[in-house]
Order: sequence, then C-alpha cells, then structure tokens
Amino acid sequence: MKGKLFGTATIAALAFGLQPVAAQQTIKIGFVSTFSGPQAAIGEDMRRSVDLAVEHLGGKIAGKKIEIVYEDDQFKPDVGKARSEKLVQQDKVNFISGYIWSNVLLASLKTVTDEGDTILISANAGPSQIAGELCNKNFFSTSWQNDQTPMAMGEYLNTKGVKSLYLVGPNYAAGKDMLAGVKRTYKGTVAGEDYTKWPDQLDFSAELTKIAAAKPGGIFIFYPGAHGVQFVKQWVQAGLNKTVPLYQVFSIDAITLPQQGELALGTLGAQEWVNDLPNDQNKKYVADFKKKYKVYPSYYGAQSYDSIMLIASAAEALKGDLSNKDKVRAEMKKANFKSVRGDFKFGNNNFPIENFYIQETVKDADGMVTVKTIATAVKAAVDPYAAKCSMK
Amino acid sequence: MDYIFIQILNGVQLGLLMFLLAAGLTLTFGIMDLVNLAHGSLYMMGAYLAWTFIGWTDSFVLGALLSLPATFLLGVAVEAVVMRRLYARDHLDQVLATFGLILFFNELVRAVWGPAGKSIAVPAFLGQTVEILPGIPYPAYRFAIIVAGGVVALLLAWLVARTRMGMVIRAGASNRRMIGALGVDIELLFSLVFGLGAVFAGLAGVMAAPIASVKIGMGDDILILAFVIIVIGGIGSIKGAFVAAMMVGQIDIFGRTFLPDLLKTFLSPAAASGAAPALSQMLIYIVMAGVLVWRPTGLFGQRQ
Amino acid sequence: MIAPVIAALRTPRGLVALAVLVLFAVLPLLTQAFDQRYLLSIGTRIVIWSIAAVSLNMILGYGGMVSFGHAAFFGIGGYAVGILSASGVSDGWVQWPVAILAAAAWAALIGALSLRTRGVYFIMITLAFAQLVYYVGASLEAYGGDDGLNIGRSRFSGLIDLRDKASFYWLCLVLLLATLWFCSRLAVSRFGFVLRGAKANDQRMSALGFPVFWYRLTAFVIAGAFGGLAGVLLANEGAYVSPAMMSWVKSGDLIVIVVLGGMGTLLGPVYGAIAFFTLEESLKPLMDLVHKGWGEYWQIVFGPMLVLVALYAKGGISSLLGRRHD
Repeated sequence: MKGKLFGTATIAALAFGLQPVAAQQTIKIGFVSTFSGPQAAIGEDMRRSVDLAVEHLGGKIAGKKIEIVYEDDQFKPDVGKARSEKLVQQDKVNFISGYIWSNVLLASLKTVTDEGDTILISANAGPSQIAGELCNKNFFSTSWQNDQTPMAMGEYLNTKGVKSLYLVGPNYAAGKDMLAGVKRTYKGTVAGEDYTKWPDQLDFSAELTKIAAAKPGGIFIFYPGAHGVQFVKQWVQAGLNKTVPLYQVFSIDAITLPQQGELALGTLGAQEWVNDLPNDQNKKYVADFKKKYKVYPSYYGAQSYDSIMLIASAAEALKGDLSNKDKVRAEMKKANFKSVRGDFKFGNNNFPIENFYIQETVKDADGMVTVKTIATAVKAAVDPYAAKCSMK
Repeated sequence: MDYIFIQILNGVQLGLLMFLLAAGLTLTFGIMDLVNLAHGSLYMMGAYLAWTFIGWTDSFVLGALLSLPATFLLGVAVEAVVMRRLYARDHLDQVLATFGLILFFNELVRAVWGPAGKSIAVPAFLGQTVEILPGIPYPAYRFAIIVAGGVVALLLAWLVARTRMGMVIRAGASNRRMIGALGVDIELLFSLVFGLGAVFAGLAGVMAAPIASVKIGMGDDILILAFVIIVIGGIGSIKGAFVAAMMVGQIDIFGRTFLPDLLKTFLSPAAASGAAPALSQMLIYIVMAGVLVWRPTGLFGQRQ
Repeated sequence: MIAPVIAALRTPRGLVALAVLVLFAVLPLLTQAFDQRYLLSIGTRIVIWSIAAVSLNMILGYGGMVSFGHAAFFGIGGYAVGILSASGVSDGWVQWPVAILAAAAWAALIGALSLRTRGVYFIMITLAFAQLVYYVGASLEAYGGDDGLNIGRSRFSGLIDLRDKASFYWLCLVLLLATLWFCSRLAVSRFGFVLRGAKANDQRMSALGFPVFWYRLTAFVIAGAFGGLAGVLLANEGAYVSPAMMSWVKSGDLIVIVVLGGMGTLLGPVYGAIAFFTLEESLKPLMDLVHKGWGEYWQIVFGPMLVLVALYAKGGISSLLGRRHD
C-alpha cells in the first residue's frame, strides 16, 4: 500500500511537471492568452511579438535568462483563472502578462495580484472596474481602458462632421462599453443601436437591412477577431459600402485583414498604436516582425511587445533583483522604456496616458492590405475612470 | 412594406441554411438513433475542404462541388471507424465519443490549417445585389442561398417521399426494427445515410463560408441551434426539421428586427435596449421549451 | 457493518476507493510538505466538481434522466452568493441556504415542465432552460453582465476562514463525503429502488402504484440542490462568478465526467472528475516532454481518449476496476 502510494505520488509529480524550487537564475514571465479555438490567431500574434521582444533583448535581462511560460485560457474565464493560478503557485513566475478578454482578466485578477502578490500586466483587456474602484498596485496596463478607443472615434466623427451614426456591437460587457464609449463623445444623432448575439452570431442580415432603411451618415462597429471579418463581408455584400461608410474599433486589424482583404479598403478606425508610427523602436519592431513572419503585427502584438519591454526596464533598473516588490512596482510605474507608441507614461491607476490615432485601410507598396495613420484623434488621453481609483 | 418583405426573406435565408445542417442531423438521429455532436465538425470540415479546393481550382463553384464528395468520404470514414460501434449503445456513450471527436477535429484543423481563420470570397458573379422586385435590392449571394437551399429541400423531399431509400428511411425513423425485416443491407444503408448527412453538413458549411468566416469551432456554436431545430420539429422528421428551421429563422430575425422597438412601447428606452437583446437571444429557447411542454415529442415527432 | 466493509476492501474496487480517499485526505499535507500549493488548487476543483458530478449522477445514473443543463445550478448557487455578497450580505449562514434553496426551487419549476418529456427531448428541454438562465446571467448588468463579478468569500465568523486554502479544501472534502453518504443511502432506499426501477421500466413502476413523476421530480430537486451547493463552493473558490460557469459547455463537461467515471455507481463521478482534471493538467506537459511544442495540441490526444473510453470501456473507469459490489 505504501509503495503504491509513493509510486502514485512520484508519477503525479512527474506528470504535473513539478520541479524543486531552484535559486532564481532566470526571470520568469507567464503569458496567458488564447491559443486554441476560433480566436487563437490573436494569441499567436501576441506570442510572436513576445518572442520578438525576447530576441531584441538578447534573451537576457540584467544578465539573467528570460523564460516565458505560455498558457492557453481557451477563451474561458475559469480556465484562464486556473492557468494564472498555476503560473503563480507552481511556476512561481515573477510577472504575468497577456489577457485578451475582460472576463478572463477579471476572473484571474485576485488570484494573481492579491493572493499571489504578483505583478500583472494586461496587454489588451481594460475593463472599467480595474481602471476605477478595483484598481490595484500590482496591476499595470500596456493597452487602454475599454471606453477610450471609441471615445477617440467619437471625437473624430465630430470634427469630420458625421451627422448621424448607427451603432452595432455584440451583446456582452465589452460590446456595451464600446458603444457607450462612442456615445460619450459623439455629438451627432444616434440613428439606431443594435446588440447582437455573442459569440455565435453568423448572420447580420437583419441589422444591415435596418441600417439600409435608417440611411445614417455612418456605421460604428465593434467586432473583435473573426466577427469583424463576418461583418465587413456582409456589409459589402449588402452593397452598403457604396452608401454608408464604416467606422470601427478593434474590428479591422492585421489579424483580420488577410481575410477581409480589399473589402475593407477605405474604412476608418481608431487605435492607440498604428504600424507606421514614426519612432525608432516601432520601425525596428514592425520591420523585424515583417521579416520574421511575413505579415504585419497587430496592436495586440504591439501591446504584448511593450509589456515585455516594460518588465525588462524595471528588472534592468534593479539589476535583476526582484525580491523587493515595492521597488519593482516603483520602477514599473516609471515606465522608463522605449515604447513602440513613442512616449509612454502611466496615470494614477496604472493605465497609460496616451494618444489615439485614426487609421485608414490601404494597400502598401507590395500590394498587401494594411492600415496607415491619417490623423491624431486625441492627445494624452486619460481614461474616464481614473478619478474613481484611490491610488495616487 | 419593402422593409418587412426583406426581413422575411432574411429569415427564409437563415432558415434554409439551418435546415441543411439540421436535415443531416435528423436523418442520422431518426434512423440510427445516434446523437452525433460531431455533426458540427463535419460542417467545419466541409468549409475548410472547400477552401483548399477553391485554392487549387481557383473557382468557387468547382471547389464547392469537389468538397461535397470529400465530405461524403469523410463521413463514411468516420462512420466506419467510430459511429458503427456506437449504434447499439446508450445515448450517453454516443455523447462522450462524439464530444471527443469534436476536440479531435478542432485541433486537427488547427494543426493542418493553422490558427487563423480562412476566407472564402463570394464568387464574382454573385458579388453584387440583385433586384428581386422592382426597387428592392437584395445581396445576390444570399439570394443564391435561398435558391440552392430550396432546391436541396425539394430534392430531399423527393428522396424521402418517392425513392426506395426514402421509404426505408421513413420506416426506420418510425420503427427501427422494421428496417431489418425489409431485407435491407443495414450496414450499407447506415453508411450511406451517415455519408449523406455529412454532405448536407458540409454543404451548409460551404454555403455559409462566404458570409461567415471559416474558423476553428465554427460548427460548435451552430450545433446547439441545429439540435433545437430537430427537437422542435420532432426527431427523424425531415418535414419537421424544415418547418422548425423556417420558424427559427423567422423568430430570430423577428426578435432582432422588431423586439427593441416593441419593448420601447411599454418599457423605458434604457430598460428596453438592455432587455431586447437578452430576450431575443432567449426567444428560440422559450419557443422550444413551449413546444415541448405542449407536444413532448416535437411538432412532427412519433408519439412514444 | 464492519465485515462487509472489510470484504469490500479485498476487491480491487475497494482498494482503489480506499486509495482515492486516503489521497484526498492527505493531499493538503503532501502539498505543504513538498511546497506544491497548486496541487491543492487542482484538488479543490476536483472535489467541487465531484460534488456536482455526484449530484448529476443521482438523476442521470440512477434515474436515467439525462440533464444537459446541470451547470445552471452552478450558476444559480454561485450568483445567489455573488448577488448577496455584492449587496453587503457576506454571512455564509444566510448566503448558503438561500443559494441552495434557490437552486432547488428552480429545479422544481423546470423539473415539473421537463419531466413531461423523455429521452432526447428531455436532454434538449433541460438545455433550453439552462440557456435561459445563462442569458439572464449575461444580461445582469448591475452584476457585471458577461464580465462576471468579483466577490468576497462567504464569512462563517469564528468557525472557519474560507480564504485559507487548506481549510477551504477540508470543508469541500467534508461536503463531498456528506454528498456521497447521502447518495449511497438514497441508492439503497425504497426511493432509490423506485427511481432505478422507473429507469428500467417506468410503466411497470406506475402499474405497481408508484407515482413515478413525483419520485423523479423529487430526485431532480435534490440533485439541483446539491448542484447549487457545488456552485456556492465554486464561487467561493474563485471569489468570482460569471455566466461562463453555466454555459452549455460546462453542462457537457459534467456529463462527460459522469460517463467517463461510470454512471450509476457511487464513486464513478469522483473517478471521472479526477481523470478529467488530471488529464487536462498533465497531458500538455507530458506531450511537451515528448516533443517541445506538441503540448499545445493536447486535445488531439484527449479527444480520441474519450472516444476509446466510450467504445471500449463500457461503464467508464469504474467498470475497469472489476466486479461491482454496490
């Protein structure tokens, strides 16, 4: 009986990939994203950028080897939480980054930042709670708060003089945030507003027919990933591209463009980072990414790249000694790194204070469909929830 | 008036697409008493195979046509390797095995075609809008779905009502043991029926591909809807699947089109815009529960 | 009482059952000794899911009622705790009974409607009701909607601190044992015999004068209540509730766990939960050991494993352990 139990324990230990805790000779970073299922392409783009960041750092920070542990959240909050827990408790990572989805991030937050006292850097998701009342000293963002990007779009539509706008988005929390965001700043009339099933809506014919009947001055959409592909295709098939221009956030990017192709040409979107931003770090990132993977990086990738560079700057400043968490947090807050979006600084809630740009879908010199900057929508924007955060 | 007409047409189009998917499912369910969760995987495989063939032939029509025998062969192979061993088993063993198949196919697609979705363009001759009635434009491709879906539905009706195979299928759906007594080679029949179901699933996948996107797990979301349809219609009944698919199509479009405005007549605008999408998502489930409480074996199902 | 237990222990089935119980009991000590806190987290999840699986097995395994909506009870139990906690009621003595009663009430309502149907129609109508609960959860904007809700853990002042991982694990384990005890009593009771008899032939049971419908409904309500309890524990485990905990995928996972472990057996669902979570955690690192990078495709192995169990291990893991004695 004893022998059997011992044997079982050994097998279990092996199976779970357990190892004795060695002295920290490496800097371990956990990265949680979606690597399987319909949204796996986003995770892939993020992983490529993280790998590139490690390459640009020469595989080392302050002389210590960088080790990245990727975990798949399967697009499910409970799985994301369990994976984050594993990274904190078993892999004992120094930092965790990643997180595409708000619900996965919210499910994992307490486990990582409170119970694990580990610093979490969101490379995409930015739910309002974490910017406001749930703000946390162990949480940093290299992306944006949900409302900001559509707010920038709303400002731009005002200056462009779009008189009426029809809003469409998926019926889940981020979808509602995005539509609420554009309504915060947009001053024209809202011709209509539709929320569609998430994530299993196949067909937008009912909504497009309503839009055609409403004859608005523009459509505003938020459909991340594969859904953006579907909406753009159906918008063109319905012939609406000839009559109603499309304005979008997070729906047309380097991940969806290979599928949307020329259908998306001429559409405008708002974003805090565009692949042609004129700073040296960005030029290097985009050029090397294109050389290595033959495609453009997306903002998901750019934000992930920044998250690794941010970690590297803090660890470098402390000469690799991460034992004092207060010092690490202080160094992180300085944001003393070269971001691909130029100057980078954190607000009181550890969300960036940053510019938002308007990008147009165009063809590049090689005939590849991509986006380019055409205007700056807002400068040094602070998110609307920062005041609700008790941190200084 | 035009507006309502187009919305009804949208519902017909959606219903026909769903019917294709549900027809195959109800066939295998009715005859072999097989709960096949992997039906959605065949829908996905149909779309991915079509993408590959379209790449080879450079033609949507050729690629789509090639994908049909391919999904048929895939269906026959799946039947021979896994399904055949499951007919005599409990529904739950079937659920377990076909759930395993879903995981397998999703990962297989990721390993073979990569994580990014694929795009199938609408063929150029269907890329525009057509005037179905004077002054009413409609996307040509969606009109083509209605035509193709209608033709397939008629073909299936003919197959079931007028051919020997159809006779056996009807006999099997109402009384499984009778097929053996009819002196039919059951193994062959089951293989053919499963293959046929796979073709319908594949066809639905190919036809949906140009409006949707070809992606991993695309069949999983829609599978539940297909089950809802065959249960409302009554398991094994092609007619039931057709009626239920048309109902679900109209209900879905109706919910999305009119519900928000309808609710605004007696709720505050804020409450209405919150409740409408939730309610329109629940609508088909409410209908299904209602139908089953009223008729516990669906609209056209056999009484137990 | 003692003699049959000792006799049972001589069979491989009895030995495995004992080994599993011993392993469950010493897990917190082991994880502390080897500084592997994460194993305790996995263990806690296994125990909670076991409670839900055992409760599903009461209706599915013994009663032949295949509910494809059992995760709805997770959600109702979880959201009852979450909503109470968000409104300032953090006392577990209030939260837990409310949550369990809410789950039982919902089970009574949908059970009364669903039990009019049989077979696959029952599967689908339970799914429909679960989807309704799911969409209601997703539209509760005051409680985070689709994003879910971060909550504080239930308080049992002076008695137990649920924030302590080991204490929480012990509590879950005790509740699992209580559930198993209840289930084993139920199975051999008159009630259990009628339920199983009705699974085999409900017309005969009706002819014998048993009100089969009411027996089934009672079983459904009991299972719902235990499902709600599992939901309460799940909400406390993660200090978070979201609609995702009641999606149809989770209901499917529960069925898979029960069938994988062996339905209609007392410990089958527990074995199923252990196998399910152990494979989920270990297949990826194991495949990465074989070839770096393969781990990501672990489901390409996991899927066919489920197929093989369905095809060749009729009766699930439990049947692999030899002759039944329960």
